[in-house]
Amino acid sequence: MKIRINFPTDILVNPIIAEIILETGALLNISQAQIDSIHGKIIADVPEDQFNAIKNALTSRGATVNVLDRPIIRDEDECVDCGACVSVCPVKVFSFGEDWSVNMDVEKCIQCGICLAMCPHGALVLGR
Amino acid sequence: MVEKTIHEINNRIKDGSVRVVTAEEMVDIVTELGAEGAAKEVDVVTTGTFGAMCSSGVWLNFGHSEPPIKMQKVWLNDVEAYTGVAAVDAFIGATQLSESSGMEYGGAHVIEDLIRGKSIDLHATSNGSDCYPRKVLDTTITINDLNQAIMLNPRNAYQKYNAATNSSESILHTYMGTLLPNYGNVTYSAAGVLSPLYNDPTYETIGTGTRIFLGGAQGYVIGEGTQHDPISNFGTLMIKGDLKKMNPDYVRAATFEGYGTSLYLGIGIPIPILNEKIALSTAITDADIVTDILDYAVPSRDRPAVKQVTYEELKSGSIEIDGKEVPTSPLSSFKIARKIAGELKDWIKKGEFFVNAPAERLPTDTVCKPMKQTRETPLVGDIMSTDVLTIGPDSNLCAAARKIMESSFNHLPVVSKNNLLVGIVTAWDISKAVAKDKFDMLEEIMTRKVITATPDEAIDIAARRLDQNRVSALPVVDKKKHVIGIITSDDISKLLARRY
Ligand code: SF4
Ligand code: SF4
Repeated sequence: MKIRINFPTDILVNPIIAEIILETGALLNISQAQIDSIHGKIIADVPEDQFNAIKNALTSRGATVNVLDRPIIRDEDECVDCGACVSVCPVKVFSFGEDWSVNMDVEKCIQCGICLAMCPHGALVLGR
Repeated sequence: MVEKTIHEINNRIKDGSVRVVTAEEMVDIVTELGAEGAAKEVDVVTTGTFGAMCSSGVWLNFGHSEPPIKMQKVWLNDVEAYTGVAAVDAFIGATQLSESSGMEYGGAHVIEDLIRGKSIDLHATSNGSDCYPRKVLDTTITINDLNQAIMLNPRNAYQKYNAATNSSESILHTYMGTLLPNYGNVTYSAAGVLSPLYNDPTYETIGTGTRIFLGGAQGYVIGEGTQHDPISNFGTLMIKGDLKKMNPDYVRAATFEGYGTSLYLGIGIPIPILNEKIALSTAITDADIVTDILDYAVPSRDRPAVKQVTYEELKSGSIEIDGKEVPTSPLSSFKIARKIAGELKDWIKKGEFFVNAPAERLPTDTVCKPMKQTRETPLVGDIMSTDVLTIGPDSNLCAAARKIMESSFNHLPVVSKNNLLVGIVTAWDISKAVAKDKFDMLEEIMTRKVITATPDEAIDIAARRLDQNRVSALPVVDKKKHVIGIITSDDISKLLARRY
């Protein structure tokens, strides 16, 4: 499952990740990391059965953990297959098919929300 | 030499022997048979485009009320329409925004809702007269209650259009969609190989009176569009059609975040192949159409071109800028453009649609001029205050507080020994530090990422930057980052108040 980990300013990101991997023995597959002077954000895939252990290890060190279980949903009646969403998605959820239909690979979605504003037809929402 | 007449082609449409292909299919036919062979083989080439066409709208006639009103202002679902003509005629434009819902709903949505047969609230006001005594009117209408609903678009079907990117460090919301920072993406519009005007670039067959596919119904070209600029291949069309016959699949309201509403409109134009010259021009490919990628981070009429590319490169999904792969995406739907060219082809094959010669050719020599401006646009340098005080980073809070008291500004730029801007502190920053008992050096509390202006910028640009960054003053710096003044939102609002 996909999770998002947010680190506040005052804790150091890298040692923590190393520590929790050692502590839980869980495979934490980082797909995106964004760390700057004000905060750190990591998107990672974790095995479902180890989620609780990872979550506890992280929260006890001051990080917050969100499960990314609201991937993008498209209203097919509104979508006109323009493809505006294709170039803004950081993980390439959208792509053109042979016939210029816009296909989605929802599995990849990290729920950043940027495509919602891009879609001129209001066809995209994050699921509930 | 192949020479055909419109009459001959229409006879073939009538007897079902007409040969029609789309502009995409024509490419291979011309490659295979040559222009002459293709001109013999094909009678009509169909084109199509489906994209945002802001310069669109509809003339509505509501019929007279009892007692009658001469509408002076009218709103449809709270979107104002223009009624500065006879009593109950009004023009609803695609980009006019709702007065209550803002960018979520606009004229384009009213137009789509009308086609979908939805009820629309109408509110009108007037001064009243002897012939039109009524002053206020409220009613609910659908498209069937209107005498006419005539789509009349001043500028549609751009021959080609620029692509857009963003060199700045912040995200931009434009009519070209969301543009990600640091050349994060490129967006483009227009149908390329299927583009109506690009398939007839010298306007041999498309002109005043040409019958076309418009929004799923038959419509007409009524002449060149506004800003028609054939010399730079930016030809445009003015277009008319009956909204009552249109299909919502091809007329779709849209909202561009931070910009406003627009109308996605489907247009398809048939090109009768009268000779091999016309056959050859319909063989244009995406690789033949070149356009500029403009930098929308430059808030000017003359945006610099970052790169020249072909539609083929744009459609490949990514292009290279400064050695970096940049993803591209269209804003117009090629899938629907194709569907339109296909549908028009079917209409012609079934004998439901006939081609015609234009009553008049479109101009080929006009240009699109910039606006004549008789008043200088004021620049930051004209209204900035030059009596700005600055302070060194190693000063303490008390010194900064004293300086702020002495000066008339809440903002104190922090400069290094050689007068280079390194930070800024505000009266608020100081109060905050004091409240927390933090009496550090200024360096510790100042904001390092200072939003600045330059003296040669238009004040509207500085005003927008103030708004976007939610700050109330900008230090003005020269090219070497020396502080030469300060401009505050107060200065700007005073000036704007005078201008409005
Ligand atoms: S929410 Fe973000 S990650 Fe998900 S599809 Fe949209 S742009 Fe891609
Ligand atoms: S931007 Fe919206 S309308 Fe266009 S393809 Fe994506 S989801 Fe569909």
